[in-house]
Amino acid sequence: MIAALVTRLGDRGTAIMVLTLMAFAVLVPILNLVVPPSWPIHVPTYIVALWGKYLCYALLALSIDLIWGYCGILSLGHGAFFALGGYAMGMYLMRQIGTRGVYSHPILPDFMVFLNWKELPFFWYFFDHFWYAAIMVVLVPGLLAFVFGWFAFRSRVTGVYLSIITQAMTYALLLGFFRNNFGFGGNNGLTDFKDILGFNVQSGGTRNALFAISCVALILGFLMCRAIITSKLGKVLIAIRDAESRTRFLGYRVESYKLFVFTLSACMAGVAGALFVPQVGIINPSEFAPANSIEAVIWVAVGGRGTLTGAVIGALLVNYAKTYFTSGFLAPYWLFLLGGLFVMVTLFLPAGIVGAYRKFMAQRRERAAVAAAEAASPVPEARPAE
Amino acid sequence: MRVIAERFVVCILAFVVLFAVSLLAATTLNAAPFDDALLRFTTDDYSDTDPAIGEIAATGHAMAAPVISALRDGRLMFSAATKKVFIREADGRLLDAATGQPVATSPVPAPADLAMVRLNNRLRRTVDAAMGALTLLAPDPTIRLQAAQAVFKSRDAAALPTLDAALAKETLPRVRKVLNEARAAAILFSEGASESDKVDAIVVVRDRGDQDALGLLSSLPATTPALVARAARDALTAMQQNLALWNAVQNFWYGLSLGSVLLLAAIGLAITFGVMGVINMAHGEMVMLGAYTTYVVQEIIRTRYPWLFDYSLLMAVPLAFCVAGIIGIGIERTVIRYLYGRPLETLLATWGISLILQQAVRTIFGANNREVGAPSWMSGSFEIGQISITYGRLWIIVFTGVVFVALLGLLRLTRLGLEMRAVTQNRTMAASMGIRTKRIDALTFGLGSGIAGIAGVALSQIDNVSPNLGQSYIIDSFMVVVFGGVGNLWGTLVAALTLGIANKFLEPYAGAVLGKILILVFIILFIQKRPRGMFALKGRAVEA
Repeated sequence: MIAALVTRLGDRGTAIMVLTLMAFAVLVPILNLVVPPSWPIHVPTYIVALWGKYLCYALLALSIDLIWGYCGILSLGHGAFFALGGYAMGMYLMRQIGTRGVYSHPILPDFMVFLNWKELPFFWYFFDHFWYAAIMVVLVPGLLAFVFGWFAFRSRVTGVYLSIITQAMTYALLLGFFRNNFGFGGNNGLTDFKDILGFNVQSGGTRNALFAISCVALILGFLMCRAIITSKLGKVLIAIRDAESRTRFLGYRVESYKLFVFTLSACMAGVAGALFVPQVGIINPSEFAPANSIEAVIWVAVGGRGTLTGAVIGALLVNYAKTYFTSGFLAPYWLFLLGGLFVMVTLFLPAGIVGAYRKFMAQRRERAAVAAAEAASPVPEARPAE
Repeated sequence: MRVIAERFVVCILAFVVLFAVSLLAATTLNAAPFDDALLRFTTDDYSDTDPAIGEIAATGHAMAAPVISALRDGRLMFSAATKKVFIREADGRLLDAATGQPVATSPVPAPADLAMVRLNNRLRRTVDAAMGALTLLAPDPTIRLQAAQAVFKSRDAAALPTLDAALAKETLPRVRKVLNEARAAAILFSEGASESDKVDAIVVVRDRGDQDALGLLSSLPATTPALVARAARDALTAMQQNLALWNAVQNFWYGLSLGSVLLLAAIGLAITFGVMGVINMAHGEMVMLGAYTTYVVQEIIRTRYPWLFDYSLLMAVPLAFCVAGIIGIGIERTVIRYLYGRPLETLLATWGISLILQQAVRTIFGANNREVGAPSWMSGSFEIGQISITYGRLWIIVFTGVVFVALLGLLRLTRLGLEMRAVTQNRTMAASMGIRTKRIDALTFGLGSGIAGIAGVALSQIDNVSPNLGQSYIIDSFMVVVFGGVGNLWGTLVAALTLGIANKFLEPYAGAVLGKILILVFIILFIQKRPRGMFALKGRAVEA
């Protein structure tokens, strides 16, 4: 069975992607921890944290590609699921601070003491246990996506309308999380973390571990998406993307398929957010900003919608470019570049980098095949075959 | 005999002296208590200042009003060393408080030697009451009106004689009304007034009916007779109902105002999104460009032709329409026309355009807010019943109405509008009838963008003109268009006003942010129920 799965998943792109990520997961921590800093191949710790962050974004992009590329659902609110997962992890990390906070309160996080709250709100219960937080990381975004999708898909809200109401959803959450009495730290969010599972969040070892875990999460997410799209379920999803009404008339329950894949994608985004928070050390309401969600969509578009590898490549590439541009003298021009990217990709590169590459390879193969055929039979057929 | 004569002379002399002294006394009769009272300001003690205010007001001295108003504004200075009181003018000159003459004599007091006569809240009330009594008889009716209002708020029973004097002389009905109310307030808080007078006074206060009257009746002194107290309670309930009604009217007005802003922001989108089906995420930036056009127009006017400032908005409207419209046509020609039929790609591309426009504006004008002024005819306010209506809001509502009607007329009555509707309803048929569909596409998009630019002129009056101006309207605008039903201007109108009014009625209960969240959630649920909005197009056009 495993062999069957491997043959099904194993196209060349998948193999390259998985092996590269595995190599990253092993090599980067070695280059950071074992190789002495004086060597040129030493990887500084801030690079590890930075690329760990990119990997989380890549997982988010992957979750968007699963629903947009294969089911035609353009969510402009996926940042909300990412942020919810992040908040769940942030709540765990906040409770781990314990008495080391500014106010040294054994139970209440600093901001609650500051707001003069006397006891923990019920939704903060149990977040001192990692397993509970880990469940919430998946459950909360999943539940929101399930409820939202259940309403939306059942009443056949599609296309642009769905995009706009997902945007409204994340906007509403943005406004909500900015409020102090919402119980999530208001506009400062959650920060000043100390420990994760007893390890110091700031230490190099933890950072490398988180980096490796992000790699593994990305590999698993990638393989899961691959498994879905190569299965019969995946074929139905593609059918829904290309001709929703026809699929429905063929007897498939379109809304159930959409709901499943939407919820799953939200859970993936939640995991990405949960891995993101300990690596950047803060989660605040700006993660809910509609602009963030749209930016995540453009990663997928740049890399190539409906290719999975493209989503990962796009996320890494665009974010690397962002860091590169916003840190130097080119900083004021980053938005020009990002905006130009949106326009150019949709106009000239509709299939993204990976799609363009595939097309190019397919054309070359075709030319080679034609050339080979001509070489094999130099005399063209006089009349077409019947 | 000589003795008698001597005595007579002495008597005469004494008489003369007495007469002179009494004459002297008569001329200084006003001045002496005034100066005494002034002297009490120099002790820098609240318990001295308080009676001094009343004494100064009671003298009726010509300098009484300037001194007390200077005291109120914190311009009354005293010198503890020379025991003198001065009034500091706005330009820094010092006037002698006793004479009103500029201090020119040689020992001009050093600034370090001077201290301000301090006030606390209790004293401020005394000051206001004193000013009220002083100015109730002023020749200027607006000053009399303000004075009467001040007495109404201070409820100073001591002002009753002045009020009666003022009432006897007053001819203007509106001033009379307020004077009567002030008198009623004074009666209610006086010890000596009879019960029937107080009951009559309650009727007068009740008819005034505003928040101040409510506060007055609910804080009557404990010594009020039971009969009067009951009348006050009855009056209170009646007034509270009345006020609740006015409150609702006020909310409705604010809602109308917010709704018209939403409509203004969304109406251009109703053309590009509603009629053409183009998801224009750069719509908000068109609004922003309109606002910046206003800014540029005002800057030019301010530096070159300041006398034209009141017309700056009128000039900005056509310019903003042209700027945003031309940029809109440019966007349509270079980007959007390649993306027709691919709404999701259009969304991404226009989002990119919005980023570029924002950054372009930021590069040219800087990231800070730019100041756009209001012309004189847009500032100020007037009152209807218990609500105050600002001219700014009123003009924006009127302006929105004009834009809406003009747009409706353009679509219904002109050839361009006819062709636009034809192209959106059936492109191929329109093309075969000889309509140049591509040109119409560009013009329609330009029209939608231009309207957004016009909206920017109005929004520059109520919002910060910054590169992020558009961002704050884009989600709201989409909500309005989607809620109202795509392709229907009337739907957009109803949706904008509904959302605006609902928002303002929710705000007192839920707070501004939560109210907005509730509205968003409501729209999300509403779209589930009616995916095509309130006024959906029916028939074949829907799926096309």
